[in-house]
Amino acid sequence: MTGPLLAPAALSYCGQRMTAYRHMWRSSLVSTVVEPALFLAAMGLTLGVLVDRGTGLPGGVSYLAFLAPGLLAATAMQNAGFESTYPVLGAIKWDKTYEAVLATPARSIDVLTGHLLYVLFRVTTSVVLFVLVMILFGAAQSPLLLLAVPAAVLTGMAFAAPITAFAARQDNDTGFAALQRFLILPMFLFSGTFFPVSQLPTVLEWVAYATPLWHGVSLARGLALGTIGPGAAVLHVGYLALWVGAGVWLAARSFRRRLVT
Amino acid sequence: MHSEAAPDRIAAIQSDGALIRARGLVKRFGDFTAVDGIDVDVAPGESFGFLGPNGAGKSSTMRMIGAVSPPTAGELRILGLDPAVDGPAIRARLGVVPQTDNLDLEITVAENLLVYGRYFGLPRATLRTRAAELLDFVQLTDRATAKVEPLSGGMKRRLTIARALINDPDVVLLDEPTTGLDPQARHVLWERLYRLKQRGVTLVLTTHYMDEAEQLCDRLVVMDKGRIAAEGSPAQLIRTWSTREVCELRFPLVEGQPGPERFVPDLAPVLERGAVERIEALPDRLLLYAEDGDAALMAVTAAGVHPLSSLVRRSSLEDVFLRLTGRTLVD
Repeated sequence: MTGPLLAPAALSYCGQRMTAYRHMWRSSLVSTVVEPALFLAAMGLTLGVLVDRGTGLPGGVSYLAFLAPGLLAATAMQNAGFESTYPVLGAIKWDKTYEAVLATPARSIDVLTGHLLYVLFRVTTSVVLFVLVMILFGAAQSPLLLLAVPAAVLTGMAFAAPITAFAARQDNDTGFAALQRFLILPMFLFSGTFFPVSQLPTVLEWVAYATPLWHGVSLARGLALGTIGPGAAVLHVGYLALWVGAGVWLAARSFRRRLVT
Repeated sequence: MHSEAAPDRIAAIQSDGALIRARGLVKRFGDFTAVDGIDVDVAPGESFGFLGPNGAGKSSTMRMIGAVSPPTAGELRILGLDPAVDGPAIRARLGVVPQTDNLDLEITVAENLLVYGRYFGLPRATLRTRAAELLDFVQLTDRATAKVEPLSGGMKRRLTIARALINDPDVVLLDEPTTGLDPQARHVLWERLYRLKQRGVTLVLTTHYMDEAEQLCDRLVVMDKGRIAAEGSPAQLIRTWSTREVCELRFPLVEGQPGPERFVPDLAPVLERGAVERIEALPDRLLLYAEDGDAALMAVTAAGVHPLSSLVRRSSLEDVFLRLTGRTLVD
């Protein structure tokens, strides 16, 4: 079963998902942007004013400038997480679309890489769109914010791959609610998106350092604020890439075990 | 890739007549043996069926033939190729209609065909022409731009068949093609499949409907508990395993009393005189196997047994199955 990792069949599967996306992009566009925009407005424009008037942030950065790139990375995580849970289990179990694809020359690895390509597309479009919204509403205080886009996309993929592996091992969707409640949401709140993790008790601070989201947020924020050094950047990128790689490896195993029986 | 070597091997296997060849094919899932050592040969242009009840191992066999499920043991060659080595090359030349429809519900009827054809590396222009032809063939042209979800069961089935034909396959695998459809939709489907057969497409199908097997199969195997119980054309199977006619007798069912089998001892003279070869007692009726059903019925009356109602009919594959396994096909 050797062959290229990215075979034409993977592009065909990505194309199949894009065909479906063409039917629903309007509604999905709104939902992918509205939620992070609400957080940006609620936290950035209101709470942020209080923060800026108070003790402020390290380096004298405005709260909005601090929040925007972090929220971008966290949004990428949320979108990648959603796209890699219900649609994956649905295609395995409910609609059996993977079964249909595997009856063609496509292999299980092609379905996986095609799926991840589509998630890459979805995460990228949602992040770019969110940046445009930020610019439109004056929340982007520096053009450097654009550098946070690839960092956020990488963050998204660091979640997409392992969550896909997890989804492919589920029998029903109860695990997804637990994933959202006990991992995604706590990470969203405590991995440095809204405040520096140095505010946390020491033990939790170290837990935060281990999360891919903290690395994603730090990378995106460091690039957007122009404060990141090459060493830190390489560390963050390397750590996120590790999650992507390990996730793809695990997901390839899960797909093979689940789909080739 | 292994596909370069494929044409020679296909030519080799076709010269000796088998598109599909299985020897001692086994499929196990943990401790459960779904397919327990079967031998199968399917020739080009043939309509070949696996007849058996649910759980007989038909779908597991089909998935192995479809090169999506690796055999646990035994030898399997499809189009002369080994599915363990040349899975993608084999699947490129198959059309698959699975037991439950697995259409993409998020896209339109026509898109289901166009998108699917891309996996076979077919150019978009070719696909557009072919999709239009296939939609016409399965009578769904007026639904081309509709979503799949609201289609009726029969329409979804027809679309699945059209999708299976998008790559102009050498062999079409149909797993329970008409299960769950109403009689009218079944007849429409049979008629379309018959046309395919006439075009020379090799059909391999599973079914637990004897009428479907009789309508569509040139040759079939009767499967039970993972094994092949008998093989032949529908007519051969009936000749070998049943009598020409069957006389069905129904009796009043009395609560708390044994069923129709209570009349079997009374029918002993009928068997002795040779008017009936064999009697099968079902919970609701007796089946009397005889060359001449009317003569059998007269002998029954002469023996002093008076059923509530009687029916004389030709033997069917249902009778073959009952004889081979002691059970009915559809419980």
